[in-house]
Amino acid sequence: MTARIQLTDVHKSFGTKDVLRGVNLAVDKGQSLVVIGGSGSGKSVMLKSILGLLRPERGSITIDGRETIGLSRDERRDIDHQFGMLFQNSALFDSLPVWRNVAFQGLQNEGLSVDDARQQAVESLALVDLGPELLDLYPASLSGGMQKRVGLARAIAAKPEIIFFDEPTTGLDPIMTDVINHLIRDCARELGATTLTITHDMTSVNAIADKTALLYKGEIIWQGDADAIAQSDDPFLRQFVNGLAEGPIEVEGQKLDPINGAAS
Amino acid sequence: MTAFATIGSFFLRFFAQAGQLSLFILNTLKAMTRPPFYFRIIGQQIIRIGYYSLPVVALTSFFTGGALAIQIYYGGNQFNSETIVSSIVALGITRELGPVLGGLMVAGRVSAAIAAEIGTMRVTEQIDALTTLSTDPFKYLVAPRVIAATLCMPVLALVADIIGVFGGFVVGTQSFGFNAAVYVQRTVDFLTLDDVTSGLIKAAVFGFIIATMGCYNGYYSKGGAQGVGRATTNAVVAASILILAANYLMTSLLFSS
Repeated sequence: MTARIQLTDVHKSFGTKDVLRGVNLAVDKGQSLVVIGGSGSGKSVMLKSILGLLRPERGSITIDGRETIGLSRDERRDIDHQFGMLFQNSALFDSLPVWRNVAFQGLQNEGLSVDDARQQAVESLALVDLGPELLDLYPASLSGGMQKRVGLARAIAAKPEIIFFDEPTTGLDPIMTDVINHLIRDCARELGATTLTITHDMTSVNAIADKTALLYKGEIIWQGDADAIAQSDDPFLRQFVNGLAEGPIEVEGQKLDPINGAAS
Repeated sequence: MTAFATIGSFFLRFFAQAGQLSLFILNTLKAMTRPPFYFRIIGQQIIRIGYYSLPVVALTSFFTGGALAIQIYYGGNQFNSETIVSSIVALGITRELGPVLGGLMVAGRVSAAIAAEIGTMRVTEQIDALTTLSTDPFKYLVAPRVIAATLCMPVLALVADIIGVFGGFVVGTQSFGFNAAVYVQRTVDFLTLDDVTSGLIKAAVFGFIIATMGCYNGYYSKGGAQGVGRATTNAVVAASILILAANYLMTSLLFSS
């Protein structure tokens, strides 16, 4: 079976810094894959490469078997139409009210009338447990958690087949984190969508992952089913999952001695 | 060796920047001439760039027209000053000062605002969000601003011409006791349509420069708040210098023939 998203030996560097160093990853149809990894491990660069926002120097990224690297924006328009994306800081357009944000794609690309677009916004907001009273507010007047939910409503408004989540719970309190995790899981199930999430939050992994992969220094060094994490004795995975300063993972800006944890 | 490396690195950066700007302008022109056109946003930008710039352009040109009249009166032959002041104020304002000073004032106001807005959208990933929502940032963000500025600047320059000439008229009639009817008649007699249209053509080019520099610096800004601040400064400086350089080039072309 062809994977919905397939990355093969993907390399991306900025100047002399190699950020992705041969990423190999596959996401099957309907699957929820969560990629975990520390800051600077290359998660966001990998996601932006899949979205076509960055162009890898080497390797292959296919969506439903179709190569996407090297396609122009016009050439990959039908691929982009399948995507929904929730950005780390929501990335709502602050010059537009909530309803125009949520129904943006419908208004700009599908020729929805104002009434139909507002109706679409109401329906999408309902899926993330928000009411129509928010429609005419601007993003700046919403809390971080509300912005995240509006961002999620925008990501799912056009009923995408593949949804990407970039650090969906960063900066949220534990209760809102749980709310967002459940909304992500429920929305993805309702739409039957394939999802790819990047995060360093293990509560998100437990709540939404079918499969998990660990990215470290631009390479996938472990992957397996979500329930295989607990059984794995991979030292990198164990250190990351348990949030330990000691271990084989180098912390950005310093190297920790794996024996006594002291910075060397 | 270090000196060679420094010079080499300077030229590499210069050519990289020039190439990036050329591509940006090419993409902007493509976006301006191919659908979809976002008329709602173009309308909003016409109000923001054109309508809200009216007071600053009007005040600048009024005082410039007045100051020009004083300089010509005291610096020239005072026996037939009524003719000289009215004609030189009219020529100076319509050919040069109206479009150039108007352009510089709008560059300060509009280039900075555009660079700050698009720069903030860049660093908060709103431009990436646009792309993932299948919307071309050049068509949605850049083209409407450049179209609006290119359309608005000639209108602002015309307003600057009228108010600048009026500034000279007020100073001439109130301070120097010129006859109002004679002043107006001399202005109308001396001024030709070419004087006005050359200024308006210049203004349209200045409008393109102002919006393009704002969009370009904002679009490629990076590094958070500091990067947006840098983009804003660069946009105003680049737009101002390019306006003056383009003015010289166009004056050479329009008046040498």
